Formats: sequence, C-alpha cells, structure tokens
Amino acid sequence: MRRPGRKCRIMASKPRTLYEKIWDTHVIEQRPDGTCLLFIDRHLVHEVTSPQAFEALRLNGRKVRRPELTLAVPDHNLPTTARVDASGARVPIADVESRQQLEALERNAPEFGVRYFGATAAQQGIVHVVGPEQGFSLPGTTIVCGDSHTACHGGVGALAFGIGTSEVEHVLATQTLQLRQSKTMEIRVEGELGPGISSKDLILHIIGVIGTAGGTGHVIEYRGPVFEKMSIEGRLTVCNMSIEGGARAGLIAPDETTFAYLKGRPLAPQGADWDAAVAYWKTLHTDEGAVFDKSVVIQASDVQPTVTWGTSPEDTVAIGGVVPDPASFADPSKQRAARASLDYMGLEPGQPMAEVEVQNIFIGSCTNSRIEDLRAAAEVLKGRHVHPNIKWGIVVPGSGLVKLQAEAEGLDKVFTEAGLEWREPGCSACLGMNPDKVPPGERSASTSNRNFVGRQGPGARTHLVSPAMAAAAAVTGRLTDVRELTG
Amino acid sequence: MEPVTTVEGRAYPFGMKNVDTDIIIPAHYLKTVTRNGLGRGAFEALRKDPANVFDDPAHKGAPIIIAGDNFGCGSSREHAAWALLDMGVKAVIAPSFSDIFAGNAFKNGIVTVALPQEAIDRLMEVAETDPITIDLEAQTVTTPFQDRWTFAIDPFRKHCLTEGLDEVGLTLKSDAAISAYEARQRESQPWIAKGTGLAA
Repeated sequence: MRRPGRKCRIMASKPRTLYEKIWDTHVIEQRPDGTCLLFIDRHLVHEVTSPQAFEALRLNGRKVRRPELTLAVPDHNLPTTARVDASGARVPIADVESRQQLEALERNAPEFGVRYFGATAAQQGIVHVVGPEQGFSLPGTTIVCGDSHTACHGGVGALAFGIGTSEVEHVLATQTLQLRQSKTMEIRVEGELGPGISSKDLILHIIGVIGTAGGTGHVIEYRGPVFEKMSIEGRLTVCNMSIEGGARAGLIAPDETTFAYLKGRPLAPQGADWDAAVAYWKTLHTDEGAVFDKSVVIQASDVQPTVTWGTSPEDTVAIGGVVPDPASFADPSKQRAARASLDYMGLEPGQPMAEVEVQNIFIGSCTNSRIEDLRAAAEVLKGRHVHPNIKWGIVVPGSGLVKLQAEAEGLDKVFTEAGLEWREPGCSACLGMNPDKVPPGERSASTSNRNFVGRQGPGARTHLVSPAMAAAAAVTGRLTDVRELTG
Repeated sequence: MEPVTTVEGRAYPFGMKNVDTDIIIPAHYLKTVTRNGLGRGAFEALRKDPANVFDDPAHKGAPIIIAGDNFGCGSSREHAAWALLDMGVKAVIAPSFSDIFAGNAFKNGIVTVALPQEAIDRLMEVAETDPITIDLEAQTVTTPFQDRWTFAIDPFRKHCLTEGLDEVGLTLKSDAAISAYEARQRESQPWIAKGTGLAA
C-alpha cells in the first residue's frame, strides 16, 4: 500500500522500529536542519489547556483546519459529584473559575465545529479513556492532546504525546506540528509476571529502574511476551506512565488483541475500511534487525507489588521493602532530594512500607480507571469493609460508559457496600483541580500517576499503587501486599 | 513574539533537581482562561518558606533561573512557562530539561540553556552575588569573572527566537504541502479522515 508520508530516509529498505515507521508515514516535509512538519491524525481537547488556544485562533481570524480530527471532552476540573439533580436539571458548578473554563469549552467546540461530549453525556470521561473506548485512537495514527499522559494511547499502537497550549493552537490551525525525530528506546521485559502482579506494578518498577529522566528525548517501545499477553487496558496503563520515565511517548505494537478491542467501536473503521485498516496495522511492528538507540532489559520475575515512598515516580519500592536511607544513594543531589521527600512524606529510613498507615483511597485517573481496573479493585473489596483508618475513599470511573458497565456488573454496589464513594467520571483527585483533594499531612493510596509535592492537594502525601493494592490498603488501613488478602 | 538575542542580569541560584511543573505552578492555578497573572502562583509551595530564593530581595525579579537536572518534568501545562514569564524569567539554565517543558518555554520566548553540572555548580556561586549573560547569537553563557561556556541549541528554535517568529504563520506557508498530504491520506488511509464523523 502506498503511504502518504515522504520518505525521510535515504535507505528505505533499512529495518525500522515501530516508531520510525509511524514517524516516516506522517512526515509532510523536512527542513535541512532535520525539523519535520508532521501530520497529526487525532487531536483530543479538554477544558484546561485549550481556552488560550481557541482565543488565539479567534484573535488571528483562524479556523480549525480539520474539525473532524478533533474531539473535545471536559475532564480535568469537572466535579465528580452528581451532575444532574432529581428533576434532571444540570447541577451548577460552584467554583466560578472552573465553571468559566467549562463554559469556554462548551462555547468553543460548536463555534469551531468540533465534536463535543458534554459533562452529562454517557461518552464523557477522561480524554485518555474516551479516545480508545470510542475507537478514535487507532494504531499507527499520530495523536496529540494538551496533556502529558497522552502517551497512554500508545497502548493501541498509536504515536501519542502531550503538547503545550501553543502547540494545541498550532495543531488546531494547521493539523501539523514542527518536530524533530526522537531517539528510540526499547524496554524489553523477559519472562512472566507472577500471580497478583499488575501492569501498574510493572510500570512503577520500570520507572524505578530507568528514573524520571531515563527516557528523556526518547520514544519507548515496550517489548516482550508480557506485553503480548497483556490486555489493552493493561497496555494503556503502561504506556500512560511513559512520561513519568521522561519519554514523551510509549508504544506497544498492535496485534490481534488490539484489533479485537477496537472492532465495532463507534469511531473505529467499518466494513471495507476495517479490513484495509487491519491489513495496514499488521505491518506496524519493529522489523527484525532494527536498532534502538537505547535498550533496557527487565526481568518480570523481579517485579513485586510496588509502591512509592517519595515525591517522584522513580521513588519506588516493593511492598515488602523498607523506606530507603537517603545516604544509600550515590548521587549527592539524589540524597538531598530523598531527604526532602522523606521530610515531606513524614517517613523514616528503614520503616517497612507495609506498616505505613493511610487515611485516603483514590481509585481512578487516566492510568487506572478502566473496567478491568475497577474489576481488580472490586475483587479485593467484595464482602469486605474499609478500615476505620480510612476517612475518605472514592472510586472514579474513567468515563460514563465505564460507569454504566461497572454498574451493570454490580461493581458500584461492591464499592459502596465496602464504604467507598462511587463518583461521576473525571480526572478528580489525581491532580486536585476539582474539589476532590487529599487533606494536608494525610496519606493516600492512589492509583494515579504522580506523587509530586502537593499534587493531590497542598501537603498531601501520595503513595502510588495499583487498583488491587489501593483496595487492599482500604481494607487494612495501611499499605498492604494484596496477595495477603487474595492469596 | 518579541525577538530574543541576549538575556542578562541576576539569576536565582535555585539548583533543585527534577523540578516538576506542579512545583512551578500547582494545579489550582490552571483554571484561568488567559495567559497572564500566573506569577502569583509560581513556586507557591516553596515560597511558604520565608527563606526561599524567589522572595530573597537580592534575587527577586531576576530574569534567569539556575536549576538542577530534568527541569520542568511532569505535566504538559504551558502555564508553567506562562508563570515563569509572568514573574520576569526569560531563561533557565540547567543540565537537562523535560522535552515538553523545553518546547513550551521556546514557544513563549523563554530560552532553555543546557550546561554540564560543573558549569551549573559554578553559576550557582556566581548567581549569589553577580549577574550572568546569555548570548543567544553566540550561544554562550558568561560571567564577569571570565567564565565562558558554549551551549547547543536547535537551529530552527534559535532562528524563531532571534527573529521572534510566529510558528503558526510559518507553518501555514506550507499549506500546499499539507493539502497534498491530506489528499494522499484520504486515498490511501480513508479511515483516518473520517475522524469523529462530524463535519467531515
């Protein structure tokens, strides 16, 4: 099949990585200095990083070049409490600034001809849950969004990365970006994950190994039998956190699992288009003999249920481990950072992680709010109740459709009977922009992606975990090896 | 955008490693629909410490930040660049930057200069008492004490910064090439063009 992109390379027959194939297919033109004008197939827009971009279009008298390649949905600051009252009327958003930002998106989408899933639509949800769920995110496409967790869509074999608001404006106006090609990085996982070890444990472990700058300047491809056997939900979780390892994008080659996941979704190709698309998608894999700029090998058997102890996603440790001694790090700046982290987190070196008590539980975020995540948490919580230590615990489904599916399976009842709140979809306590926050000085076991200082609210102390581990912490009131409850 | 050729003046000897964008501007400041006024929220958590470098009268208003490795990691929020700009920062010197932050800084005329840790250590000393000069044309960082380092910068970014170019306007000059690409894609991969099914 003829590809639309110009060949960026002289030797077209050279074995290429998956990233290089997708990149080459999207190059419109290349400058002598190596900067490429890259075509963008899919653009996801949310309320927080888009108002200034639409405003700039208006000021310059510019239109959205390809409105049908753009999908808008609010997620970041939308409250997760009821959105309609008993009479079916919209519940107004109390926070004035949040309301104005949402209203701006509600105005901008129709004004510029962009499809919009509003706050009360069943399709509404976190952009990175909605894209794959609707079949809008497809293998081999370039996907951008004004959000760093756009890397997520690499789970369906798309080249997907986060952009800033000026780039949002650039994509709206031109459907392109000016970019230089990234370096390639292979993360190969050998062997099989043990029982009870999730995709979240794996990606936390990987970030612990490579560090938060380990992938800077690179696009990661995750390879090996673990990923081949992994569900799409699991792949989305892994690729989602590529940015926490410094990589702008992460990819997993599309395969039969991907095609089965996408088939029949509302915006996925249909009929003859579907057959042509699948035939093309089958060519999207790294060629035998292709060379990566960097390669990291991880043994799956080393991966334990993993938690974070500090204020960087690289601060990971197995649940059976202890809080590290800052003096144990070779790098003096890492020693300083670790001391500051422990001070903020209120932890002592040598303290066993499984003795750390938590007061808050957050199950949600673009990393872990899909149906499989909710099933994993519900399996642990079924027939159990949250520990008296827990003051606040919420489960926030990734989209309205995930919520409906979970309710059809009775998962909502499992959560509420256990003593957790069942909420409306959105980003919620992952970043504390909406009213869902962890109080100062208190700890959370959170299925989100960042344990930064103040991320879940000023002074909040975040421990990143998998959905099953968050559920286990809810039951025992402390960080807990979920295998003790399910074993 | 205003052209940038040099950034000169006092610097904040900040030095922190892995400065994430939540540190630069916390999420509760992201509810704005404009680009202005975010300086008030810049480094909010750190500024609760009365001894913080950003409110030290010796440095307040400095156009340069000296920082550690991996500056700007985390979220894609351009608000981080807007917050720095609003507090008067025009350049950041660090051993390395997150890719997304470096792009956002560039789009707002903030120069990101990558120098080795030894240079950062020396600049941290100089910044305590004296000014620093970044010459974008010559690609050098100098101090009043004969220190001189050269730095690399993407030629396209340098061109845009020194000329103050509007990147959208620049790309629209390639309109014909974009249209030709779109026509080829409609033919070879028609499923991509269908998009959301709206207004196609």
